[in-house]
Amino acid sequence: MKDLGFILASWIITLGSIGVLALVTVRRARELSSRVPDEHKPWV
Amino acid sequence: MTTGTATTRVIGWIAILTTAWVVVSAFFLTPADVIQGDSVRIMYVHVPTAWIAYLAFVITAVASGCSLVRKHRTLGFDRVAGASAEVGVLFMAMTLITGSLWGRLTWGTFWQWDPRLTTTLFLFVTYVGYLAIRRVDVDPVRRARRSAVIALLAVLEIPLVHFSVVLWRSLHQEASVLNTDGDVRLDGLMLFTLFSGVVAFTLMFVWLVMHRQRLTALSDVERVVGLDASIAARRAEHAGGVRAT
Repeated sequence: MKDLGFILASWIITLGSIGVLALVTVRRARELSSRVPDEHKPWV
Repeated sequence: MTTGTATTRVIGWIAILTTAWVVVSAFFLTPADVIQGDSVRIMYVHVPTAWIAYLAFVITAVASGCSLVRKHRTLGFDRVAGASAEVGVLFMAMTLITGSLWGRLTWGTFWQWDPRLTTTLFLFVTYVGYLAIRRVDVDPVRRARRSAVIALLAVLEIPLVHFSVVLWRSLHQEASVLNTDGDVRLDGLMLFTLFSGVVAFTLMFVWLVMHRQRLTALSDVERVVGLDASIAARRAEHAGGVRAT
């Protein structure tokens, strides 16, 4: 496949960034959830 | 219990499976383009991220409008608006980066001050500014009101970005799918993979927005609870001081 480096870079940067944001979000959510009582979480 | 629910878990798993299909199809099943060759495989991430970024900013505007009109649910709508803009900014950044890499292969340059590229960059910077303004106010209600007005103005840039290739002479190609003459210029499997990409990125967007708006809610509660505790501590301290004198 021609230009594989550019093509792979596009995919890795995109999916990697979304993955990192998802991880950061879940980590922060776990951290905050432990400090906030359940009555303030309408989704529970 | 965190910000996850059964719904977000189902959305997350479907997003992962759909993304896996898109990767397989984009790299191994779809043909190379007659003119652009293999570089067309960047399209399956570039176009969906651009469309979902537009969608994110439209949702930000709609939620902002609702937060201004429906006063009793201002904060709920505002959190959706903020979360949608955060994810939209990430997707728009990915659009710019993947577009730049694709441009290097097809145009021979990473960047040109071309109408489409310039208006897209302007849209990106506008929403970075929107997110910055959201961080200025500590009071959530004031934050909601101020940022809603900006979101309603910023969304007006989207038609300008989308139609920039028609309005001005642009290096960027015209739309292959969402074009003005309604003619779809893509092979069947390529089109199916592109739409699968749109579905995958939409699911990722929904998952992220659901989690991030709940995260903002937790953050707001923590701030208010922390503030209440500080006030109570100061009052107790003051009362103790008065009693001592």
